[in-house]
Amino acid sequence: MDAVLDNLGDFGEGIRVTLQLSVVSFALAVVIGLVIATFRVSPVAPLRAAGLTYVEIFRNIPLTAFFALAVFGLPKVGITISFFRFAVLVLSMYTGAFVSEALRSGINTVAAGQAEAARSIGLTFGQTLRLVVLPQALRTVVQPIGSLFIALAKNSSIASVFAVIELTSTFDQLTETETATLPLLIGTAICYLLITIPAGLLTGVVERRVAFKR
Amino acid sequence: MRSRRMLSTVALVASLALAVSGCGDDDDGADVNAKPDAKPTFAAGSTMARLSEAGKVKIGTKFDQPLFGLKGVSGNPEGFDVEIGKIIASELGIDESGIEWVESISKNREDYIVNGTVDFVVATYTINDKRKLKVAFAGPYYTAGQDIMVKKGNTTIKGESDLAGKTVCSVTGSTPAAYVKEKIPTAKLTLFGTYTECAEAMRNGQVEATTTDNVILMGLVSKSPDEFELVAKPFTEEPYGIGVKKEDTDFRTFVNDVLEEIYEDGRYKAAYDKTIGTVQAEMPAPPSVNRY
Repeated sequence: MDAVLDNLGDFGEGIRVTLQLSVVSFALAVVIGLVIATFRVSPVAPLRAAGLTYVEIFRNIPLTAFFALAVFGLPKVGITISFFRFAVLVLSMYTGAFVSEALRSGINTVAAGQAEAARSIGLTFGQTLRLVVLPQALRTVVQPIGSLFIALAKNSSIASVFAVIELTSTFDQLTETETATLPLLIGTAICYLLITIPAGLLTGVVERRVAFKR
Repeated sequence: MRSRRMLSTVALVASLALAVSGCGDDDDGADVNAKPDAKPTFAAGSTMARLSEAGKVKIGTKFDQPLFGLKGVSGNPEGFDVEIGKIIASELGIDESGIEWVESISKNREDYIVNGTVDFVVATYTINDKRKLKVAFAGPYYTAGQDIMVKKGNTTIKGESDLAGKTVCSVTGSTPAAYVKEKIPTAKLTLFGTYTECAEAMRNGQVEATTTDNVILMGLVSKSPDEFELVAKPFTEEPYGIGVKKEDTDFRTFVNDVLEEIYEDGRYKAAYDKTIGTVQAEMPAPPSVNRY
């Protein structure tokens, strides 16, 4: 266990970067998810097609391949950003596709009569979605979206092999200098739990706050 | 490319001829043959006698290491290790058709030797004390070491100390990465999953240098000779040996004798020029064998 205790500073830095990567990517993923879900339920056919295309592409490319494509491909067309930003870009676009599907399923749980009533009193599509449908839909998808954050936090470990020094690459580096690999592995797992378990608990709190009776 | 290979083959045959004729008097220079036609004789019961008698030998080598042991679609592996293996076989009186190449990856080399799956291993095999507990090493016959690869024409990085303040690529959790982190703390270490990715990042200008064993880097350079080059100043030492059974001292001595012989007679240089020499023309002096 000394291997872990001696390197608490490194682990702390690893947690900080993983947390930062996860939170920033998640915030962007929610924005992307909202936009794409709106496209997918919109009355405009080209927008629906665009939304569907986005989801089918970014939900289905393996994350590692997506990382490689972005990190090595985008510089070839002149887009060079820091490796951390590449990681944020990839993780948020990938998770955004899943968030959009979760939101869309939430939107589908809102009775059609709600939207019809909203439109009949003169609200536009945007107003209907923003004021009537989404507030109800969001409450039903708190748990699935919370699970997506947890998945994102774990997926962020792929950034370790794309030049972001986060929790997993901290572990990789320490295994080279320390002989006791197993304690390091357990230490790393605990660090991830320090991020994901509170995230799960927070999801539960939020869900209870926004819950409503139908 | 083909003509160069032809040339180096001619060079090899020529130097073999020189080697053979150099041993005796000059009057019988016509007796030139890369494949020994007269069977050498060995002490009865020795590994050499057994292999020579059978006319067959199983040699473990890498199948995926460019310049050392790389098996293409054509069939037999090619590279420096393969050439060394062929020379040892020919010294046993076994020609190329009697050699069975067995792919030996880093994890199975000791077991292959101990179990007799192969008769000996020439596979970028670093001699170290941990491995000496299970197997014995003839050689070393080559000294690898951590080196730096840069874009062709880079004039700012000429050695280890020039890495300070530069973006340096290596593989996450690797020994070369740990070396840079410890010895050159101001270098901006960029870690990917593979060295091919480091090469790609270097192409894109995302990193300035890539560091790991020169053997791996030379493989990358051989794939893109117009884009990359080696700094060629190794700063660590990885002696490569030929793995044999731990208790088989006679065979180890035989292999060491062969190595010392080919260092002198030009066959070592011919093998180098044909393989590693295509990427790094200047041959480092062969390391002296260690008969421990």
